[in-house]
Amino acid sequence: MKFKFILIIFILNFTFLHGVEKIVNQNTIHKNLRCLVCQGQSIADSNSDFAQTIKLVVKDLIEDGKTEDEIYSFMADKYGEWIVFKPQVNKHNFMLWFLPYLALILGGIIIMLVIKKKKNL
Amino acid sequence: MQRLIKITILIIFFFILGVFFISLNKDTAYNTKTLVGKKITKINLEYFNEKKFYQNEDLKKNNFTLINFWASWCAPCRDEHPLLVELSKEKNLKLLGVNYKDKKKQAKIFLNDLGNPYHFLAKDEFGKQSVNYGIYGIPESILINNELIVVKKFIGPLSFEDLKSIIKIIN
Repeated sequence: MKFKFILIIFILNFTFLHGVEKIVNQNTIHKNLRCLVCQGQSIADSNSDFAQTIKLVVKDLIEDGKTEDEIYSFMADKYGEWIVFKPQVNKHNFMLWFLPYLALILGGIIIMLVIKKKKNL
Repeated sequence: MQRLIKITILIIFFFILGVFFISLNKDTAYNTKTLVGKKITKINLEYFNEKKFYQNEDLKKNNFTLINFWASWCAPCRDEHPLLVELSKEKNLKLLGVNYKDKKKQAKIFLNDLGNPYHFLAKDEFGKQSVNYGIYGIPESILINNELIVVKKFIGPLSFEDLKSIIKIIN
């Protein structure tokens, strides 16, 4: 009895979580895709004809079982990297991703060296 | 130490200068011309009048195919239509018209009034198929070869120069 109860709770919980995850994914994807015919709006913010079409296609792709990353790749393949607000790391933009860290490390080293030098004086 | 700091500042300065120089000389106008040279993997366009679909094999038979997205409610489509009629006379080229988010009755009136230049006529009722071709507004036309590789993409209505460039490519 206790086992059955736990199993039902588990199934209900899984179904609920799965459903929530689907909604979250769809909204997240809309927010991460740029409306190409709008001024700085995402697909989620726009009611343009283009945004409506993309929303329909995203819905279909989710129903086909595509993951979030696969959907971004599909859109980037059709419309270029510009459609994705957060582009994937590639050979053209890797500097954009790693330069801040490099600057942080370099800055840290310089500060450390300055402090060290001041201490030695 | 002072020297190291100076060199670092200089490197950063020239780097920023370089980034600005490259970025400001770049054409930032968005287009989907990156699709040129890519292969269209899956063609699945519904016939305008029947519940049948145009597939890859249908277009592989043609030397060149111009896929034109149009609608009766689209004013620039009217402007480019005489050029499409002109292109339909070319032997090496077949025209596939995709009626985009349109009413069937209106589309028929449009073609009756202006002439039907299309060898194949398909419809994209909800615009979903247009995404596969990187369409973000109509009219747009895509010239593909018999290997389904995008040879050229035309965003907006075709111009007389576009017509000449298409004829040059297909011949």
